[in-house]
Amino acid sequence: MAATADGAGGDGVTRRDFLEYAAGGMGAVGAAAATWALIDNMNPAADTLALSTTEVDLEPIEPGQSITVVWQKKPVFVRRRTEAEIAQAEETPLDSLPDPMADADRVQKAEWLILVGICTHLGCIPLGQKGTDEKGEYGGWFCPCHGSHYDTSGRIRKGPAPENLAVPPYRFLDDTRILIG
Amino acid sequence: MAAPKFDNPIVRWIDYRLPVFTFMHHEMHEYPTPKNLNYWWNFGSLAGFMLIVLIVTGIVLAMNYTPHVDHAFDSVERIRRDVPFGWLVQFIHMNGASFFFIVVYIHVFRGLYYGSYKSPREILWILGVVIMLLMMATAFMGYVLPWGQMSFWGATVITNLFSAIPLVGEHIVSWLWGGFAVDNPTLNRFYSLHYLLPFVIVGVVVLHVVALHTHGSNNPLGIELRGKQDSIPFHPYYTVKDFFGLGLFLTIFCLFVFFAPDYLGHPDNYVPANPLVTPPHIVPEWYFLPFYAILRAIPDKLLGVVAMFAAIAVLFILPWLDRSPVRSARFRPIYKQVFWLLVIDCLVLGYIGAKPAEGWYIHIGRLATVYYFAHFLVILPLLSVFERPRPLPLSIGEPVLGGGSPPPGGAGGGAMERA
Repeated sequence: MAATADGAGGDGVTRRDFLEYAAGGMGAVGAAAATWALIDNMNPAADTLALSTTEVDLEPIEPGQSITVVWQKKPVFVRRRTEAEIAQAEETPLDSLPDPMADADRVQKAEWLILVGICTHLGCIPLGQKGTDEKGEYGGWFCPCHGSHYDTSGRIRKGPAPENLAVPPYRFLDDTRILIG
Repeated sequence: MAAPKFDNPIVRWIDYRLPVFTFMHHEMHEYPTPKNLNYWWNFGSLAGFMLIVLIVTGIVLAMNYTPHVDHAFDSVERIRRDVPFGWLVQFIHMNGASFFFIVVYIHVFRGLYYGSYKSPREILWILGVVIMLLMMATAFMGYVLPWGQMSFWGATVITNLFSAIPLVGEHIVSWLWGGFAVDNPTLNRFYSLHYLLPFVIVGVVVLHVVALHTHGSNNPLGIELRGKQDSIPFHPYYTVKDFFGLGLFLTIFCLFVFFAPDYLGHPDNYVPANPLVTPPHIVPEWYFLPFYAILRAIPDKLLGVVAMFAAIAVLFILPWLDRSPVRSARFRPIYKQVFWLLVIDCLVLGYIGAKPAEGWYIHIGRLATVYYFAHFLVILPLLSVFERPRPLPLSIGEPVLGGGSPPPGGAGGGAMERA
């Protein structure tokens, strides 16, 4: 390959072509890197991400009663289920569920049902925590925004929500205290 | 076109260096406007007026508003109670958004009735739909800023729409929020974008007007201008007509601002945001109700979201769905009827969107949703083939003056024909 003044090789590719591609490619990488910084900038910040945990004292909760606690700015439902509610949840045939999941896989102790209280449809908070609330057709929770019904295991039974109410990570510290997160 | 002669030497001096006066003269005096535009053509300039009103009041409001979850609600209440004339500025801004949508929706239906989206105005139409989308995004984020219950839960529901996207949905929602829920980072970024987007709208409006002035306004007959006798200069004829319309419009607008400032709003938004209590009945602002009804009409989350966005997306391809060569509904006997059915359908969707999702409302909502899409995707393409339009007049002047009268001075008709 006889090099000419402008560096043209036998195949017509010049040194200038190479420089243009190299500079253009470097510019594109730089622009993409800068864009990524701006996009990632909008993700949750470190202090937001710092996983806070929430400890809940179960002592004062009577059977049939629910309380709402806050974990990572989200409401968490803690319900002490009655025998009837547990039986109802366990006896539901799995093939009648839009998002099949056995009740046993959703609780650590059958009496205590712990759920993230956010409707899986569009993020409203379902009713059913207070005694006077409408609990829906399946005795669990009812989301007033778009009419999703959840059962006594927090599973979606009817309405537009695609999934069951989520179960947050938690563990029992002792018989009457749990740590969520 | 030759540059006009200006008498004022200062104007001449400036125009030689920066031809703003030539530009104004060209757009206002030489720009030929169809002489038969009716009052439905007022709504374009009204929309431009409302955009300016919202930007000006918004800039003033920003001087007293605090974008923080602990202070936002109180700072808006302070504007309304303590800041001099803050109540007026806030009422104008709040009701102005509603009236901007009223004006723009009428403007859009005007375009639908008279076929203003047809060749050569497809891009003009598409830019209009882009403006409408930007308006919706801006209005949504603006409604979040007072941080009332409806602000918070509206933001929660709408941002959760994106969680319907398979695989990456949850990450996108968390990215939009900047956290695990709608919270201070969300409020801050919405404020930033709410300030920015109106200026983006101004940019697209400029493109919209450039596209408009390339081929000129459509008109109630939907036919091309045949010559000078079919047009009049924009100024003074349509400037004065626009001002008259503006006067009527402002009268109605002021009735709301001064006597019923909260009529179009929702009382729940005067309750400070509470992330642990969802109001029993969440409704968006009235201008989103038809789309909200479409969202709820479909029992599947992802498909509901897709349908809602498709309801607007279908407008982008409208120029290619309606292949009829006749623009104006005046000469399309069947289209004229289905147009009004579409108007009724949109009103029904709006009504259903305001009602709880239960019982008969669900069925009517589904029916109206199906009809909405059928109008664009089935009826319009079929009409293009099967409808027999009535004969078009030869020119705008013909139905009034009789015959295809040649322009005075004898220059052949069509001499003004623009490319």
